[in-house]
Amino acid sequence: MATVALIAIGLIFTGGGYALFSSTATAGTSASSQTTIDEGKKLFAANCASCHGAALQGTAAGPSLIGVGAASVDFQVGTGRMPLAMSGPQAMQKPVQFSPDQVSAMAAYVASLSPGPAIPDASLLDGKGDATNGAELFRINCAMCHNVAGAGGALTEGKFAPPLTGVASVHIYEAMLTGPQNMPVFNNANLTPEDKRDIITYLKYLEANPSPGGYELGSLGPVAEGLFVWIFGLGAIVAVTIWLTAKSN
Amino acid sequence: MTNLLTKDEAPAATTTPTKGSRFTAAASNYIEDRTSISGAVKEFGRKIFPDHWSFMLGEVSLYSFVIIFLTGSFLTFFYQASMATVIYDGSYVPLKGLEMSTAMSSSLHISFDLRGGLLIRQIHHWAALVFVAAIGLHMLRIYFTGAFRKPRELNWVIGFVLFILAMAEGFTGYSLPDDLLSGNGLRIIEGMVQGIPFVGTWISFLVFGGDFPGTAIVGRLYTLHILLLPAIIVALIAMHLVFVIVHKHTQFSGPGKTENNVVGAPILPMFAAKAGGFFFIVFGIIVLMASFFTINPIWNYGPYDPSPVSAGTQPDWYIGFADGALRLMPPGLEVVLFNHTYSFNILIPLVVLGLFILVVLIYPFIEAWITGDKREHHLLDRPRNVPTRTAIGAAGVTFYASLWAAASSDIVATHFQLSIEGVIHTVQATTILGPIAAYLITKRVCIALMKKDREIALHGYESGRIVRLPGGEYIEVHQPVDEYERWKLVNFTDNKPLMIRPNAKGQITGLQKVRVGMSKWFFEDRISPVTTKELEHGDHH
Repeated sequence: MATVALIAIGLIFTGGGYALFSSTATAGTSASSQTTIDEGKKLFAANCASCHGAALQGTAAGPSLIGVGAASVDFQVGTGRMPLAMSGPQAMQKPVQFSPDQVSAMAAYVASLSPGPAIPDASLLDGKGDATNGAELFRINCAMCHNVAGAGGALTEGKFAPPLTGVASVHIYEAMLTGPQNMPVFNNANLTPEDKRDIITYLKYLEANPSPGGYELGSLGPVAEGLFVWIFGLGAIVAVTIWLTAKSN
Repeated sequence: MTNLLTKDEAPAATTTPTKGSRFTAAASNYIEDRTSISGAVKEFGRKIFPDHWSFMLGEVSLYSFVIIFLTGSFLTFFYQASMATVIYDGSYVPLKGLEMSTAMSSSLHISFDLRGGLLIRQIHHWAALVFVAAIGLHMLRIYFTGAFRKPRELNWVIGFVLFILAMAEGFTGYSLPDDLLSGNGLRIIEGMVQGIPFVGTWISFLVFGGDFPGTAIVGRLYTLHILLLPAIIVALIAMHLVFVIVHKHTQFSGPGKTENNVVGAPILPMFAAKAGGFFFIVFGIIVLMASFFTINPIWNYGPYDPSPVSAGTQPDWYIGFADGALRLMPPGLEVVLFNHTYSFNILIPLVVLGLFILVVLIYPFIEAWITGDKREHHLLDRPRNVPTRTAIGAAGVTFYASLWAAASSDIVATHFQLSIEGVIHTVQATTILGPIAAYLITKRVCIALMKKDREIALHGYESGRIVRLPGGEYIEVHQPVDEYERWKLVNFTDNKPLMIRPNAKGQITGLQKVRVGMSKWFFEDRISPVTTKELEHGDHH
């Protein structure tokens, strides 16, 4: 009973927190008050301007942010990829450095200087779209880098497509919209907002429904299966052969 | 109903035990009068099997084949090998309403809407992986202990053909669900076939009945998978086992074990009971794997569509070496000559792998020719006692393992945060340099181990007990090894290189010189076994 109550409380808190977070994010884009923008400007000057330039114009160390929109900022900062931990083949994820309020303040500031993709509306992130369409679109557009089950995959020169399990719907949407790192942009003419909603629906379906066949071995396909059969399958069988032929001492 | 029957029968059987034995006697008489089977039972039942864990690996492959056979038969009742398109209307939500082949939709039906279907499918697939892996381990055991020598060369060939057929079975089965992964696998095979100059395109049209993927291939693969290949495999397994009976089992050297006897347990009753139990253990392990671990989640891959290719698209492990060979080829090897494209990036792997397979297939004959050894061998070699063969084996394993590793280059790159180009370049180097290093190192290790054996046989183990003699000298006391242990250390054949001898016409042919040269390479570095004389001398100190 205590467990059930705990889970219920946990769900209420996370769900409530999530609703709060996403509503503030959308509010930030639609009616960002001057104070929020000012707050964002300060944060930007302190944390981002050294690489991206005081007027978002970019420097030798970082690209221009003119026209990237609130969605880009929310994705890059909200997933902990920015501020950059170190130069490398691509920006690595690390613990998020700012509170949701601070992230939306910076997003509002960047969006206020030039138009760009906005943070998506919560109605596109509810995961209640068409999973079949989403799955097909995912296989055609995303699976070659992210793997059919969203387990991630290798790209050239040490770059990689990250696993998609555990990524918030809003970040998946923003990634498709803005094409972070090596990812191509899937604009609204390419994948309509409805299509993006379907893809998110499919990914959330995979997350909520673990494989009916048992533990997925990382959803990595035949390599993981082969490794498993050699080490654990044959390992167990060889152990049995040794046991069966052992002589009593 | 069945419950009731057994309840009624059980007391009857327990209260009149003599009736049971009388029944057995009558039944065996009945069968004997009509089949004269007692001779065979006597012959097989008294066959002796020596006990060593590595002798059971062949059994594992046999048992996993039986499991594959049973589960496969179940799957054929529900699988439909047709590429006609249907709209999926089963219970897996993210595929509902999607157009796919009947093959795929029936595979999904087995997985989601048939009671026990997914479990049987997973048992079938895991057992297939175990089957090929067990054959591989079994072959390594045969190779490294020299069990392929006369009179067992032909059985090595049969076994190796079985290994190839098992891979073919695996690949045809992998292609049957017509999901994205299997379609991608077929696409690679199609590419390899088309890479063959002049005839490739035509062969591809012949195989696929026109353009890839067409509508014929799944049906054709199905016939191969459930009819032709299993029939050949069953026939070859039967031959393989008959040869095992005819040749008798090999054994490791030991006291009382000679080239002319087999020391072990007779098949009936102990060995048969143990083997029967072992079958169920293997079955149990495979069922456990199938119950708890997903294999080939076709519902994730979705129906085949020629446009998408998923990251992490690999063949099952036993085809990995071929996939790896393709991945290792450097770019820029396509040459256009007289309006024809020659794809050396495909031809080189095809030829190299073909040669590799050929050498493994005929290795017993190559070694017999080099060593000029025409004796029968029923005692196994310890791998260290034939350093060159063991070193060649290690080189082969390293080569195969490099190709194998190359097939998982992308997974290695993401999981160890490396660049995929770096992984490929490293594996390219180990494919060529690895076997050479493995050969040299293994040979030296074997010789060192032989030296150690010789030392132990002559002077015993170092006991670690230091004694100070009255004169002030310190010595370490050596513990002599007991006779049974020593037998294993000293009883092996001392192989010497061949001598150049003129043939009947008094000539020395070029071939003879090559053979002597090879023999010298094979046997020159060796440690002779300890002789009785040396032992007697050794006992004195």
